[in-house]
Amino acid sequence: MKKKYFSKENFFRVVLTFLKYALLCLTSFIAIAPLYAVAVTAFKTPQEYQTTNVMTLPGAFYLGNFKQAWQKAHMGLAFFNSIIVLVTVLVGFTLLSSMLAYVLSRFKFLGNGLIRNLFLLAALIPGVAMQVTVYNIMYQLNLINTLVGYIILMLGTDVVSVYIFIQYFYNLPISLDESAILDGCTYFGVFFKILLPLLRPAIITCMILKGVSTYNEYYMANLYLQDKQALQVVSTSLYTFTGPLGSQYNLICAGVIIVTLPAVIAFVLFQKQIYSGLTAGAVKG
Amino acid sequence: MLYIRKNSFAPFSAFHRWIAKMRNQQKIVVIVFLAIPLLMLFLFTYYPFAKMVQFSFYDMQYLGPRTFVGAQNYIDVFSRNDILSSLKLIFYYLAASLVQMALALFFATILSFKTRGKNFFKGIIFFPYLVCGIAVGFIFKFFFTHGYVFDTILSWVGFHINSLPYWLKDTSVNNICLAGTSVWRYLGQNMVLIIGAIMSVDTNLYEAAEIDGANAWNKFLHVILPSIKTIIVLSLILSVSGSISAFEPPYVITSGTFGTATYFVLMDQIAHTAQKVGLASAMAVVLMGIIILVTVAQQTVSKIFLEEGKDGMTFMERRIHNRRRGSDPSGKGEGLPI
Repeated sequence: MKKKYFSKENFFRVVLTFLKYALLCLTSFIAIAPLYAVAVTAFKTPQEYQTTNVMTLPGAFYLGNFKQAWQKAHMGLAFFNSIIVLVTVLVGFTLLSSMLAYVLSRFKFLGNGLIRNLFLLAALIPGVAMQVTVYNIMYQLNLINTLVGYIILMLGTDVVSVYIFIQYFYNLPISLDESAILDGCTYFGVFFKILLPLLRPAIITCMILKGVSTYNEYYMANLYLQDKQALQVVSTSLYTFTGPLGSQYNLICAGVIIVTLPAVIAFVLFQKQIYSGLTAGAVKG
Repeated sequence: MLYIRKNSFAPFSAFHRWIAKMRNQQKIVVIVFLAIPLLMLFLFTYYPFAKMVQFSFYDMQYLGPRTFVGAQNYIDVFSRNDILSSLKLIFYYLAASLVQMALALFFATILSFKTRGKNFFKGIIFFPYLVCGIAVGFIFKFFFTHGYVFDTILSWVGFHINSLPYWLKDTSVNNICLAGTSVWRYLGQNMVLIIGAIMSVDTNLYEAAEIDGANAWNKFLHVILPSIKTIIVLSLILSVSGSISAFEPPYVITSGTFGTATYFVLMDQIAHTAQKVGLASAMAVVLMGIIILVTVAQQTVSKIFLEEGKDGMTFMERRIHNRRRGSDPSGKGEGLPI
């Protein structure tokens, strides 16, 4: 049978395919356009910034804005502080939530279900609303304007990660624990020597999710790290560009690019884990 | 058993012998591992929550004297004009989240099937989610500045710059713009979630549908949609509480000026700028009440529509089924169709 190329069905298929790609390109354009304009402006000399349209490409890659933004916002210090926060939060957070998940998934004891529900309920309460009184408590504990206080707040176990760990624990056979116990291992040993290394995929997933949210967090950083000179982290360092510098968009754009670059790198490196982490977090319902 | 214990724990002291008993060791593990997370949960969530309820009955600042005012703060929440008008903004964010949901569903479906460069498109649409919130603020301040990015793009398609409004100052459009930035930021995340749900659909179902002669639309309607309805209902209801507690876009882009202060932005200002801690606490308590109500409603709705009983039907399906068979509530008898 001879194939008909101009049948009605074929015509519709071509139109639909065209529409599909057109819509995808349009949405991608909308997603990229704001970032593109920022990137382009960051590379312009002050003169070009004054005279050319925001969307036109610069004549050459001018790096002066980055240098100036880096110095004005004390970004070296900000990155140093952010790295301290990130490392301590990630290590502490992983340990705390995996330990919590271990106990909740492996042991039956009175209050197991209650504790799970307490953590679930806590997730319902919007964080911003709590800060009204958490601020008061932090004040009484003398933890305002200290990195330690901020780190402690960020360490708070969030339900999503605990549930990712719990699900993962259910997939590890309990006979693993039992045989280790029979071989004379303590429960601590079972957790640290046997289960924790096996949890690696879940740990990577949770670390990436927590890492992204910690790096991007700015509301609490702004509230609890008020000494903007010594204690700023990456997200709050951008606040330098409000006020008198608020209209120098070539500097601001350079700052935004510097702050966003680690996210780009993380995305390129861990794309798969980020997607699967998000999906795993949603399944808990 | 005895042999193992002797070998592994070398009982030096009474304490070691005690440890060596497995039951006790379990208790220790449970207590040690739970202590810090529980302490933090109470110190930073439940204790502040209790405090917040307490504060909401006082006229107070962070420091200084407190006076008990009864329910006055709650009366203020429902009678102050700025708070009431901030509640109207919920609808902008609700509309935005519905648009976002529809777009996410659309693109997730497209990208789950044969499409050239789907990882590329997925990555691009998703990336805004990873941009730091405060950077998003600056990006869109820049984007919406008069004569800058957005106006330039619009001028390409024929608009004249002078005819365009000041996007962030004009009260007829600024809330739409702000809600739009939240779509920009979260569309990709929503889409990735739905793609994940679609991927978990058994591929045999698609093949079976194809054998039955289903086209793409039929496949979407009868295979994909039923499999992902849980996540859709969930996101829809989450989007309600998300819209009620909308905070970031106005906080970082306009600081709540020109009529863009949502409930939370206003609460933040009242708490930390005006230092009316009592009123802010009352606002927080009211909002949490609403969110808990919405969540309870969600649980009920998903029980009715999503949870399948022993016969593999949801409550709703069973109702419809029984009605068709002539309203036999037990579903056992052979009711006669009328």
